Amino acid sequence: MRSIRFVGLTLVLVGLVASACGGTTPGGGASPAPSQATVTKDLIIGFTASQTGAQNVTSKRQTDGIQLWVDDVTKAGGIKLKDGSVLMPKVKFYDDESKTDRVQALYTKLINDDKVDFLLSPYSSGLVKAAAVVTEQNGRLMVTAGGADDVTMEQGFKGVYQVYAPGSKYLIGAIDLMLKLDPTIKKVAIVNEKDSFSASVVAAANPYAKSKGLDVVVAEGYDTGTTDFNPFINKIQAASPDAIIGGGHFEDGTTFAKQLFEKRVNARFVALLVAPPEPTFKDIGDAAQFIVGPSQWEPAAKYSAETAKAANVPYYGPTPKEFTDRYVAKYSSQPSYQSAGGYAAGLVLQKALEDAGSNDPAKMQAALDKIDLMLFYGRVKFSLDAKTHGKQIAHDMVYVQWQKGSDGKLATQLVWPSDAATAQAQLRK
Amino acid sequence: MSLEALLPSAIDGLMLGFVYGLAALGLTLIFGVMKVINLSHGPIIALGMFAVFILFSGFGVNPYLGVLAAALVGLLLGVAIYFVAVDRVINATELTTLLATFSVNLMIIGVATVIFTTSPRSVDIDLGALRAGNVTILGTHGVAVAVAILVAAALYGFLFRTRPGKSIRAVANNRAAAELMGIDSRRMLALAFGIGTALAMTSGALLATLFSFTILSGGTYELKSFVIVVLGGLGNPTGALVGGLVIGLLEGVLTVFLPVAWVPVVEYVIFVAVLLLRPAGLLGARA
Repeated sequence: MRSIRFVGLTLVLVGLVASACGGTTPGGGASPAPSQATVTKDLIIGFTASQTGAQNVTSKRQTDGIQLWVDDVTKAGGIKLKDGSVLMPKVKFYDDESKTDRVQALYTKLINDDKVDFLLSPYSSGLVKAAAVVTEQNGRLMVTAGGADDVTMEQGFKGVYQVYAPGSKYLIGAIDLMLKLDPTIKKVAIVNEKDSFSASVVAAANPYAKSKGLDVVVAEGYDTGTTDFNPFINKIQAASPDAIIGGGHFEDGTTFAKQLFEKRVNARFVALLVAPPEPTFKDIGDAAQFIVGPSQWEPAAKYSAETAKAANVPYYGPTPKEFTDRYVAKYSSQPSYQSAGGYAAGLVLQKALEDAGSNDPAKMQAALDKIDLMLFYGRVKFSLDAKTHGKQIAHDMVYVQWQKGSDGKLATQLVWPSDAATAQAQLRK
Repeated sequence: MSLEALLPSAIDGLMLGFVYGLAALGLTLIFGVMKVINLSHGPIIALGMFAVFILFSGFGVNPYLGVLAAALVGLLLGVAIYFVAVDRVINATELTTLLATFSVNLMIIGVATVIFTTSPRSVDIDLGALRAGNVTILGTHGVAVAVAILVAAALYGFLFRTRPGKSIRAVANNRAAAELMGIDSRRMLALAFGIGTALAMTSGALLATLFSFTILSGGTYELKSFVIVVLGGLGNPTGALVGGLVIGLLEGVLTVFLPVAWVPVVEYVIFVAVLLLRPAGLLGARA
């Protein structure tokens, strides 16, 4: 039947639509201001932000953090260099729509058309990887504010510097916390997004769990953009694990947690990537309770001049409280670790500029290589190994859990490491 | 993998199959009546999702009233699409009508992406759940099944019991003969396109009550609809419903034995196998 043969052609065209349907949304960004004085120069910092698309919630937090850093530096009179000149940071950013092809095109535009001085990264490992490749190809410098994927930082890049602790660390601490809470836990299900970040997390967590004597009863990945987790949840329920770890990013992690709750999955311990530390995770109500999440930073973090002294490194920038207070004052919302990552990336750039004494790329690269600091965000130091150059080697993760207070309201508590904890972690009964 | 997962997975899949069937019903009705493969089916499903979302989050309208509104908007939108894009090429080759609806697809996706962006949205409603052993049936899924059955029954009632419905069937059967009997075939074709579009928007509206979505989410369900209508028989409404249930059940059961990522692979193998071995589908193409 001729008409039925058309269905094959139809599917090809439908596939074309799926790949072509993005459209474009004009990006929003501040235009560089005109030069103000002979000793004051604009420092144009370019990046893309996911103002739309799957990463928009967490990416907005990162952008807010970057903007707050720019505000703070501007209020302080700019970045003062040793030669007496002052650099006033300005940002130039576009909406990448959470798409790698947009990131590639926009970073090329930022470098070649907008001629930005330095680059910060987009949010999420997949987008950071795309931006890193363009940055390297053009011989530019980029501090990655929001990408943890190990693989990206094992390419031998020369000009990419990672602020986040790498993905391989994300769930290791969660497993330690779980076994400390209940050493009788034996069966664990690992269900994660099939993207480069989550894959690098699980590539480290799965063998670590096995090395601790845990039986991995379910190990399966789900496609990016998955909204129906019931097939995975049915498998999990049949395997009756004591614990579930995995997830990926905010949207899928939130949906996964919600559907686990709807199906009354009775695992005692659940740790998911990225979503739990985001303040709006509580919008799923009771489904958020007991969920643990690895975080790069929390407002309750206790990094200070004293901890810096103990680590034998200098302290630089605001305290955790100062950062949190300024963020809340500007945005009327608690900062997430993505916000802190954005601000910390700005601080790293600022310190490197001060140390380099100019924005000359070679001097900046040398200064970034030497960075070893304690920030409000924690310690930051980059690998100098040729293969892993720029990878974060000093920053540690913390772990939060959504718990109900005596007033019945949900709030995050810092539960690991134990010496920094604000509350004891709880198991779901 | 333990067979304990089989029953809940089969039930989950079967329930989704009703909504898949409803979406496929819209596609197959349009093809059955006018031999037009509607490539704007996916974006229209997504518009159904956004109709409910806008009414719910912007105006506080109950999502199920939103489903009704989506159906009505779909009917009008379908009639409009017919007169703008399909009517003038209705007698052209199938490739021409295919490209006409493909253009509509691109226009809807382009405009809607600018308006709604590709950020995920959701309609958060909680209707509780029925639980028995390891089987959980969420209220939202139960209502979606009930609405899908109701809409399918109403469509059959319309096509077989009402004068306009019989006129549509007459036009589908033999357009020239129907016109000789005094039926305005152009109006009937427009009405059929409107009903097909309304069915697509209704299925999208129901899916919005189950899962989060973006303006691009319709593509997945459009592809599924094609598999279903080929499986059930192109142009055969009963085949679309049965095909929807088969694909839903298959999705549920396969995930017990295979990684979930393999399910679409199996679906498309079935799609190709049906095209090769039984191109008229399980229940036969339109009579």
